Amino acid sequence: MTSASVAGPHAYLQAQARWRRGEIAFWLATLLPLVLTPDYLVLASQVAIAGLFALSLDLILGFSGIISLGHAAYFGVGAYTAGLLSVWGWGEPLTGLLIAGLAAGLLGYVTSFIIARFHHLALIMITLGLGLLLQEAANSASWLTGGFDGLQGINTWPILQKFDFDLYGYTAYSYSLAVLFIVFLAARRLVYSPFGLALRGIRENGQRMPAIGAPVYSHIRTIYTIGAMIAGIAGALLAQTTETVSLEALGFQRSADVVVMLIVGGAGRLYGGLIGAIVYIVARDRFSGLNPQYWYFWIGLLLIAVVMLLPNGILGGLALLAQRLRAKS
Amino acid sequence: MAAVFGMLFDGVAYGMLLFLMSVGLSVTLGMMNFVNLAHCSFAMLGGYVAVTLMNAWGWPFFATLPVAFMAAAAASVVLERLFFRRFYNAGDLQQCLLTIGIVFVSIAGAAYIYGTDQQPVHLPAYLTGSIVFGGMEFAVYRLFLIATASLITLVLVVGIETTRFGAQVRAAVNNQRMARGLGIDVDGLFAVTFALGSGLAGLGGALAIEMLGLDPSFALTYVIYVLIVVSVGGLGSIAGTFVAAMLLGISDMAGKYYIPALGSVLIYLVMLAMIMWRPTGLFGRR
Amino acid sequence: MSDSALAARGVNKSFGSLVVASDVELSLPQGVRYALIGPNGAGKTTLINLMTGMLRPDSGCIFLGDEDITELAPEQRVRRGLVRTYQINSLFPRLTALESVTLAVCERRRIARTFWRQLTAYRHEIDEAHDILSALTLAPVCHRPTRELAYGQQRLLEIALALATRPKVLLLDEPAAGVPREESKELFAAIAGLSRDITVLFIEHDMELVFRFASRIIVMVGGGVLTEGTPAEIAADERVRAVYLGKGHGALRS
Repeated sequence: MTSASVAGPHAYLQAQARWRRGEIAFWLATLLPLVLTPDYLVLASQVAIAGLFALSLDLILGFSGIISLGHAAYFGVGAYTAGLLSVWGWGEPLTGLLIAGLAAGLLGYVTSFIIARFHHLALIMITLGLGLLLQEAANSASWLTGGFDGLQGINTWPILQKFDFDLYGYTAYSYSLAVLFIVFLAARRLVYSPFGLALRGIRENGQRMPAIGAPVYSHIRTIYTIGAMIAGIAGALLAQTTETVSLEALGFQRSADVVVMLIVGGAGRLYGGLIGAIVYIVARDRFSGLNPQYWYFWIGLLLIAVVMLLPNGILGGLALLAQRLRAKS
Repeated sequence: MAAVFGMLFDGVAYGMLLFLMSVGLSVTLGMMNFVNLAHCSFAMLGGYVAVTLMNAWGWPFFATLPVAFMAAAAASVVLERLFFRRFYNAGDLQQCLLTIGIVFVSIAGAAYIYGTDQQPVHLPAYLTGSIVFGGMEFAVYRLFLIATASLITLVLVVGIETTRFGAQVRAAVNNQRMARGLGIDVDGLFAVTFALGSGLAGLGGALAIEMLGLDPSFALTYVIYVLIVVSVGGLGSIAGTFVAAMLLGISDMAGKYYIPALGSVLIYLVMLAMIMWRPTGLFGRR
Repeated sequence: MSDSALAARGVNKSFGSLVVASDVELSLPQGVRYALIGPNGAGKTTLINLMTGMLRPDSGCIFLGDEDITELAPEQRVRRGLVRTYQINSLFPRLTALESVTLAVCERRRIARTFWRQLTAYRHEIDEAHDILSALTLAPVCHRPTRELAYGQQRLLEIALALATRPKVLLLDEPAAGVPREESKELFAAIAGLSRDITVLFIEHDMELVFRFASRIIVMVGGGVLTEGTPAEIAADERVRAVYLGKGHGALRS
């Protein structure tokens, strides 16, 4: 019996939701690349964008237990929306971001009606199938998407009419980081809300939820739409900061990569996707000179190792370690 | 009209290959609910074993087939003991990730040993060329494929319906707990079924080289089709797998013949429609 | 019919040739404690599944008060006050007891959709959940994850979850199942403490519980209702004795 239970339920729940020192340290550390490693700001941008994408999947997979192997569909739709807006003449980034998010969210809303009704293998196959379908459609519609070569002519206007995108990546990283942080704040709020609790209820025991009067179908549709919207925002960030969009933005590869990132970092812990993104993208950069075959060898081994040794990812492993240390003292 | 028959013929041949590669996964999924995305790695292994025997050691094509079967079956036994059996009760996601990891490793391994080029296959002379019948040309190899796969299907169906082993498999697929309660050694049964299914995949992989080619990406490319066949056909059903494999083989050929610009869209649309109509598959449980 | 809290009229259900419910007729008056007994396989849990909407009957109707709820989905029946517990615990393993009950309270109050306000702001709901847990002696462990609780405590949590939905009719499926004697005291007290506003039907094999709490007993055999009556009547009924004693175990005691 810890002192927490003596403190009363309100105090305990509040203590749970409070910002931890580790979290504050993490966000302060994200500012370091601007100061310490300006050569790597472009890479840092990639990490921030991948982290945001992984966060969007965490809400769906980590917190609600819905396995999606086609999440890149929403990332891609966001990327192409932002890209096309720019190609058609409207390169303002902030509004572009919002519109892209809405477009991806709309697709998420429509597909959620299908997704919410299925479980297990059927669900996995449907998410996979929808992703592959979109990939093929985008490939065929090369008049719109630029096909294999991707969109040409994206030109992102300065943010707030003041901050132009520089070669070093200061603006790109600051922009990506700011968007990531703001969306993260919103996601954190969601996770500690009654809705967040309901999502975890669905994950823990989806069968019991109707028996306590929960509209499971409706909850799943809501979180799926939100997750799609955030993925779309991440995609739009990619389009705007790199000024390129190609088919790989909505490809199976990207869907698989984001699942790997989330699992390596630890699903259902909010920060898992961010940690996983850091590890994955930095590792990929380190090994970029390597033959792609070897890259897949190591990723394969990593997956096997994580599943066998660290099923709750890096953060899960750290939590376990902390628990053991506390038990000893 | 001739074009339609040609398309159907190719579609059936393709479907037969898909069936061989999928039936093992369907039965093991139905029995243990273990999502084995590495299933096509066994198919790929069978293919590469056949190729090595033919090209490096000069074995005749037919002789490589049983070896391909056994190599894949043996590899599956090793993997099952080392890794898979700890995850029978783990969630879908864990199983997916473990087996995807194995797929990646197998792809890298194949690329390292054999390089990324397509592997050539040396068919015996009597299997090459085509027969002209009723004004149409039929590739001899594809006739052979259809005949062989039909024979294997027959053996499977007879086996599962008439033998004691088959009855035990059906019981375990239907209700695992009950089967255990009846004294059936479900774990042992699963190990044997898994080996058989993987062996069949290996055989399918060897037979597929001529029609589908063989390179390291085979394990990933075809697992998607295999998964589609299994989920549309219904877990644990040989008949379901057969029907779904035919449906998908023919749909894919039809798409390629008539609307090549669509690419694989047709298959994905068919799959989505089928799964939404019957989430547990055409012949699936519940 | 308005004096009946829950009624089943002519309910039939079969799975192929297996008949699990055969022309079941029953009517529970408001506030009464009913026990549903019968040998294994008699169809008791199936009946609960039919009444709560987990199974659809082949024919017949289910009435909650005056309302025909046969076509309603399970969560809709819960909203109207028809709630059940499970024979095998169906809880939320990694949620704490407090979180689980608070979730049920929030769903009842329809605020579980809000994702922009913090859970901690909902003081009423948390207090209500805590009160329910306290009444069931679970307050000291309310911050422990469900999977770390003792089995008897988990059974109590099952009841807590059901109570959080403010049921009008409560169906308890073998509440004492698997609970060791040492831990069943709290459980019995919890059931005794159930408000008289709630109509309770519980399935039980534990005859001590049945005779202590039930004012009427329904006996089911082979998917159908054999008989119904007061505990004294049932104890004296020859047919009921035959059903139990004929199999050589579970003799009735009064």
